[in-house]
Amino acid sequence: MRGHRGLVVVLAGLALLALVPPVAGMLNQPFYIDLLRRVMILAIAAVSLDLILGYGGMVSFGHAAYLGIGSYSVAVMAFYGIHSGPLQWLVAIGASALVALAIGSVSIRTSGIYFIMITLAFTQMLYFLGISVDEYGGDDGMGLKRLSQFGNLIDLGDPVAFYYLVLAILVLTLVIVHRLVHSRFGMVIRAAKSNEARTRAIGFSPYAYRLVAFVIAGAICGLAGALYVNHTKYLSPHIMHWTISGDIMFMVILGGMGSTAGPVAGALVLLVLENLLSGWTEHWQIIFGPFLVLVVLFAKRGLAGWLAGGRHG
Amino acid sequence: MLEVRDLETAYGRSQVLFGVSFTVEAGTVVTLLGRNGMGKTTTVRSVMGMMRPRSGQVLFEGKPLTGLPSYRVAQAGLGLVPEGRQVFPNLTVVENLIATAATRRQQSKQWTLQRVFQFFPNLAERRGNYGNQLSGGEQQMLAIARALMTNPRLLILDEATEGLAPLIRHDIFRSIEQLKAEGLSILVIDKDLRALTRVAHRHFVLEKGRVVWSGTSVELEANADIQHRYLGV
Repeated sequence: MRGHRGLVVVLAGLALLALVPPVAGMLNQPFYIDLLRRVMILAIAAVSLDLILGYGGMVSFGHAAYLGIGSYSVAVMAFYGIHSGPLQWLVAIGASALVALAIGSVSIRTSGIYFIMITLAFTQMLYFLGISVDEYGGDDGMGLKRLSQFGNLIDLGDPVAFYYLVLAILVLTLVIVHRLVHSRFGMVIRAAKSNEARTRAIGFSPYAYRLVAFVIAGAICGLAGALYVNHTKYLSPHIMHWTISGDIMFMVILGGMGSTAGPVAGALVLLVLENLLSGWTEHWQIIFGPFLVLVVLFAKRGLAGWLAGGRHG
Repeated sequence: MLEVRDLETAYGRSQVLFGVSFTVEAGTVVTLLGRNGMGKTTTVRSVMGMMRPRSGQVLFEGKPLTGLPSYRVAQAGLGLVPEGRQVFPNLTVVENLIATAATRRQQSKQWTLQRVFQFFPNLAERRGNYGNQLSGGEQQMLAIARALMTNPRLLILDEATEGLAPLIRHDIFRSIEQLKAEGLSILVIDKDLRALTRVAHRHFVLEKGRVVWSGTSVELEANADIQHRYLGV
């Protein structure tokens, strides 16, 4: 988000998000708090994917894996009676980072179509693992009996409090990713995306840099997973299905790859459209599909390019 | 400083270099000359570890570089300004310079952002622009500046003035002369013979993957036969 216009758009968007709970309260439509909370949680996942996809050129088609790891961390700990929120969420972040380290250390050695396929394959493995573990509900999943507990600090059972917590985490994620991308670490990542051979010839091996970015993205997405399972109050292996990975990727492409806040707009448009269209017809994807095709064809920099003007890269 | 011995390199089954040998002494400017397709760029790529030579040796300050990956070669102190410039289009001028900057050795005068901008004032004016928003000449200066920011011991310029307007070529050669005056060792590949004989100490002429002649600028200027036969002047 270089330039004032981009920043103004982002701040205005965040201000609007902050206004949702009081407005929804006034209109007596709590549904919108729920919808936008879901939007923001998946936006966090999309922003984390954009770090490696938009800036790093790593087309990970398995980002749903970390939503899953985050969700399972919370739900499984709750299953064994550990309800401490800080502990659950730390484990969610740590476990996702570890899984990302394992997947990344293998997949980053490849590139292009092989990278896409390997990340997809790993996530499918985790998906089928989730389905096959009967103890945690297998294919059906299981309910989250108690939400993550934060003592007197915050009660996730209060929809408005939970909403603002998610908003705060979203803002924090945006700040972290923005600073990361404009740090020297981020410059090397972006340089390696545009010209890997050149980056090597000038003295950098991109592997370690990419792996670190991959792990950070996984960790952030793992936190989104911990939020998501609290949001739905239900654990389902379906969160790791490849179509979810595809959804997150669509959010990034729709919002604008390589723009820090673009994926938030992407998540908003995708989920709100899905909501509107599916209320209108059961076959909403017939309308949604061509829409995405048009966006990819005519708005290559996504919504961010359209809203903020100047930014590219 | 740089010693290349009997380098043989092939693209698949077609061999391009048939035993290239040359040396660059510390603090000198050396050129590789020759018509297109004679192996100049392949020589550079082999030195830089971007291609693996079939046989031969590359020694830098006495240490072998042969077979090392290119990032290790660069870390040893070779700064390449590649053919076609290849600045990072998705990074700003400042980011292009900082992203890969390095101070790996103690030097009396380190290259910093400030010093690079003094050296190329045009770049300072365009510091916030993206790599793909620069003119060809500005991109070339950025490519040189980027290499300087790695504080190299030896700067390699591969066709640094190709496709640029005469005035800008002149600017670039003046920059090279300034760098030479500071005592930087430079290996230049270019087609501008007049400018090269003015700047360089020593020349190596390549013909079909071999060094067929070498000598000083005075010797080259005096030798119309070499100029005509191998350089098409």
